Amino acid sequence: MSIGLEHYLALSSILFCIGLYGALAKRNAVMILMSIEIMLNAVNIALVSFSRYIIPQVVVLTGQVFVIFIMVAAAAEVAVGLAIILAIYRQRETVDAGEIDLMKW
Amino acid sequence: MLDQVPYQAAWAIFLLPLFSFVIISFLLRPFFNHQPKLSGQVTMAAIGLSFLLSVWVLWSVITQGALSIPEVTWVVIGDTTIKLGLMVDPLAAVMLIIVTLVSLMIQIYSQAYMDKDPGYCRYFAFMSLFTGSMLGLVLADNLVQLYVFWELVGLCSYLLIGFWFYRPAAAAAAKKAFIVTRVGDFGFLVAILFLYSRTGTFDIATLHHLAVAGVLSGTALTWAAIGIFAGAVGKSAQFPLHTWLPDAMEGPTPVSALIHAATMVAAGVFLVARLFPLFAHSPQAMTTVAIIGGFTAIFAASMGLVMNDVKRVLAYSTISQLGYMMLGLGAFGLAPAIFHLFNHAFFKALLFLGAGSVSHTTGTFDMREMGGLGKAMPWTYATFLIASLSIAGIWPLSGFWSKDEILTSAWGEQRIMFYLAMITVFMTAFYMFRVLFLTFGGEYRGGQHAHLHESPKVMVVPMVVLSILAVGSGWLNITGRFGHFLGEGAIGGWEHIFTIFAHPLPWISLIVAILGILLAYMMYSTKRLSAQAIGQRFSPFYTLFSKKYWFDELYEQIFVVRILVDGLFRVLHLFDSRAVDGAVNGMAEGTIAAGSCIRKAQTGQLQLYGLAIIIGVIIITGSFLGIHFWGG
Repeated sequence: MSIGLEHYLALSSILFCIGLYGALAKRNAVMILMSIEIMLNAVNIALVSFSRYIIPQVVVLTGQVFVIFIMVAAAAEVAVGLAIILAIYRQRETVDAGEIDLMKW
Repeated sequence: MLDQVPYQAAWAIFLLPLFSFVIISFLLRPFFNHQPKLSGQVTMAAIGLSFLLSVWVLWSVITQGALSIPEVTWVVIGDTTIKLGLMVDPLAAVMLIIVTLVSLMIQIYSQAYMDKDPGYCRYFAFMSLFTGSMLGLVLADNLVQLYVFWELVGLCSYLLIGFWFYRPAAAAAAKKAFIVTRVGDFGFLVAILFLYSRTGTFDIATLHHLAVAGVLSGTALTWAAIGIFAGAVGKSAQFPLHTWLPDAMEGPTPVSALIHAATMVAAGVFLVARLFPLFAHSPQAMTTVAIIGGFTAIFAASMGLVMNDVKRVLAYSTISQLGYMMLGLGAFGLAPAIFHLFNHAFFKALLFLGAGSVSHTTGTFDMREMGGLGKAMPWTYATFLIASLSIAGIWPLSGFWSKDEILTSAWGEQRIMFYLAMITVFMTAFYMFRVLFLTFGGEYRGGQHAHLHESPKVMVVPMVVLSILAVGSGWLNITGRFGHFLGEGAIGGWEHIFTIFAHPLPWISLIVAILGILLAYMMYSTKRLSAQAIGQRFSPFYTLFSKKYWFDELYEQIFVVRILVDGLFRVLHLFDSRAVDGAVNGMAEGTIAAGSCIRKAQTGQLQLYGLAIIIGVIIITGSFLGIHFWGG
């Protein structure tokens, strides 16, 4: 059995779902941030595999370039996100997402 | 060359006073307030010029017939075009003379009467506007234009009656005049709209033709005529809307003179005359006009018998004389009615100017504090005497000619009204000479140190001019020329021949009037009959008359308080507070309630929002896929 596009997409979906579950279900803000990273990487896998399998002849690395950009953005996002979480922790002594509800009615 | 007047002159006649109003209020009052005399001079110049042009127009109409004036399009709404035009026919030409001449005399008189008044500029601004509006009303050739000027006249009377607005009585009288006449104006407005819905035109000449041709007839015509008459009843202070006129005495005396002689109250009579074919082809409408007129004549005269205020007596006398005019119109006597309006304008203006002159010296209008003024004020006395003789209908003064023409018309058409009018003749003669004897005869009763003197020349000259007119204007119709000029018998439908000499009636009414004067003489001059004794013998009548038949109380207590304030206004207030406010508040409360329901979703839990987004994405993606695979 050769490994094809479907396998990569399946891996991507599984990773995305794990990340989604973590983002929605975890209490800890750091864990949520990590889950979002997992989701981003799941998307990266999908992008690279599409780029590799759909247009293999042409040497245009569209998907791969996209992934680089996403990684840069994700790194920046982690930096900012962790800074925010630190700031919240200093203010409220907690990083529990359930208790961060300033926008409640 | 001079015979045919250019049509621009007719426009100028009513635009000049309006222009003078604009100049005074926007130029003289803000910038030249330290020279108040200027505003009076501008007004006199404008009205004087209007008068000269009116004479020219009259001459042209006499020699060349009615002027034709190109119309200007005013408003276009859909298929309806409202034109702005002038109608210069004999009726309008006569009215122009009355209005400009009387107004000019009153303006000259006002120079002295209103001297030192802080509102001098304002006074002349309003007087200009008043005269201009009346001239516009007289010249209007369609009902919309007429109605606009009609309301302007009402507005000016409001402004001038309430001229001394800091006096509560004046402010109240102004409001009363405005509101009471509005009641009638409503009928007029409805009639205009009704006529438009029936005929599709506002044009007066077209309406005349439709009425004469019988296109407009029957009940529709009657109701239209009665609606128009309602407007005339309000403006001309006929029963039952007469209550505003006596109160209107709160204005300056020259204003009363203008209102009573030339502008405001004449408008009602003029309106009926202007739309006379509409009335003439509806017997019911004519009867209504005659009955209201005849009744008002005697009704108002009876109240005039007992008033102690000179101006109030004159006010009731005006109502009564207007009643005569309405009676004349209702008895198919268009020309006699307008002729009486013409004569009445001069002697009534004169009477008011005389009353003003008297109060200028004595500082009061109460006849109980006057007396003996004949010696101190010979000119005022002489002119007042002429006017009184004229209004009483003594040969050969003007009142005799026109009043008796009306009586002759009434004899032919409305016999019962004729008898009422005859009693009114007696009453008129009596109350006018009661005023004369109480004011000018006997001894002065108003305190010791009063310095009585004749009024300045500026006031005396207009009075003398008016008294010459009061003597002479009646002669104009001795050959029936005035009547022929007004189209008597020409348009058909209301033929009336002046039988002033052929008939014994005028002589009977002359005797009746002389009897009235004699009674007044015995009661108030020689004191052979005691006024008190007679008052006591007929005390129910005396109370009835002096309380003005309780009409003020009736309107105030029953109509205004009970029906309007307690009934209608309460319902309207309920509607306002419940329905209107309820709708507005309900809207707000509904929004708040909806908001408080929906805001529960705003938990502040980020993950819940995320879940909602995911579910949304799944639903959207799922439905797209569903459509792609199964929907086709």
